[in-house]
Amino acid sequence: MIVTAKLSKTYGAIQAVDNLDLEVRKGEVFGFLGPNGAGKTTTIRILTCLTLASSGHARINGLDITGKALEVKKIIGVVQQTLSLDRELTVRENMELHARLHHLTGSERQKRIDELLDYVELTGHAGRLVDELSGGMRRRVMIARALIHHPRILFLDEPTVGLDAQTRRKLWDLIRQLNSNGTTVFLTTHYIEEAEALCSRIGIIDHGRMITAGKPHDLCRNLGTIAIEQYTDDGHTSYRYFPDKRMASDYMQSMPGNGARFILRNTNLEDVFIELTGRKVGGD
Amino acid sequence: MVTFLTDAYSVLWADLSFTKRRWLRTLLVSLVGPVLYLIAFGYGLGRGINVQNGNYLDFVIPGIIALTAMTSSYNGAGTKLNVSRRFYKTFDEFLMSPISHTALIIGKSLIGVIRGLISAIAFLIIAFILSHTLLISPLFVVTLLISCFTFAFLGVLAALLANSYEDMGNFTTFIILPMTFLGGTFFSVSGLPIVLRVILYVLPLTHSSVCLRAEALGQPFPWISLLALIGFGLAFFLGSSIRLRKLSV
Repeated sequence: MIVTAKLSKTYGAIQAVDNLDLEVRKGEVFGFLGPNGAGKTTTIRILTCLTLASSGHARINGLDITGKALEVKKIIGVVQQTLSLDRELTVRENMELHARLHHLTGSERQKRIDELLDYVELTGHAGRLVDELSGGMRRRVMIARALIHHPRILFLDEPTVGLDAQTRRKLWDLIRQLNSNGTTVFLTTHYIEEAEALCSRIGIIDHGRMITAGKPHDLCRNLGTIAIEQYTDDGHTSYRYFPDKRMASDYMQSMPGNGARFILRNTNLEDVFIELTGRKVGGD
Repeated sequence: MVTFLTDAYSVLWADLSFTKRRWLRTLLVSLVGPVLYLIAFGYGLGRGINVQNGNYLDFVIPGIIALTAMTSSYNGAGTKLNVSRRFYKTFDEFLMSPISHTALIIGKSLIGVIRGLISAIAFLIIAFILSHTLLISPLFVVTLLISCFTFAFLGVLAALLANSYEDMGNFTTFIILPMTFLGGTFFSVSGLPIVLRVILYVLPLTHSSVCLRAEALGQPFPWISLLALIGFGLAFFLGSSIRLRKLSV
């Protein structure tokens, strides 16, 4: 559905995206993880025709994003990281603008807007100015707006950032519903539990390069399915990974009783992320 | 062609929806400057002065109409676009939509054209109360329309070039403000030394003022100035297209 080959973007001396090779398959929720400044948003901006790549190629549904930009724009929906609603227009006006720009007829527009407002539970807020809405409501409007033209691929750039846990989970349900209806989702997030809850495959980017991609379970297995966190008295924490519980237990028993404390648990995506990038998700 | 017009209207529709909600405030704000110029220069400074065999008030009114068209069209198109692009990020929505860059530029300019025309017409109504000698012909209206398009395109170009709100302010200070006072609004360019005249004819407002004044006062129409004004408009439109192509796909 999305394929890039040696995609690069430079801003002066800064290499934001560096020979990125990426593949997102039809019908999957692809999680695109990386530390701040890793090149996630730049990649999304290139794929959504907002920024020109310096070199390399990208195809969406077989269409070259530079040569067939108008065709590509017809099949993608985008929810940007920053609020990109017109605050001086109402919820309905924001959605109507998007519907007009995607060539929906008058009756189609009204029907689709009503449908989507109901879907994101904002029917009663259609006439309110965006400026008057809460952060969660604005996010839901952005998602509803991005769906107006029935996109086949939905780009979600940090869709739940800044939202409370309850609203975040509602949005997760919404994303799952969309995906089960056949929409391919390309998601960036700082929340590792979000990636674990939603994504069928994960790609990790650092310094503009894709450093690994695969199913969450496979990525964890490659590292070792069992993790041991070892806390020492000087406040230091170290991590070790093992293929199974037996090997992990053997390791713990072999350690001298020097006051260190251990936690044995399943390896998670955050472990994979930190091992590969050396940084916390969202850290610089 | 139908799709192009529909797309341009869709872009305009958003700005119209916003403007309709605050049309009175927008209109009043756009008239403050011109009315002050009229009082200060037309009545205060210009009382008793004769220019081109007529009184100064009749001379200055067409110039202020050109000035009003310029500021309202430029600000109407440029200011909101700059805020939308740099601050609210709503311009990205247009860039990600399946519409051509040409439709986008025309659509974003049209709100400037509409606001320029409304302000100029409102000022004209005030001016008619004070001066009964102005001739409003179809050519006057066409020139006014071309002026509005030219300065709306300039506003779009400035907003696309500006990388911050401050840049936009600087553009206004260095381009619009000098035109306000030097673009033939308050004095006749024809009587100036040749070097200064050449410099002032580089300003599009000079051509707009000269054309509107000639038509309003029944003088021979300066067709070359109208062509120059159209040329400026095309140059600003092309500049906007090139800039937009560099900014996005």
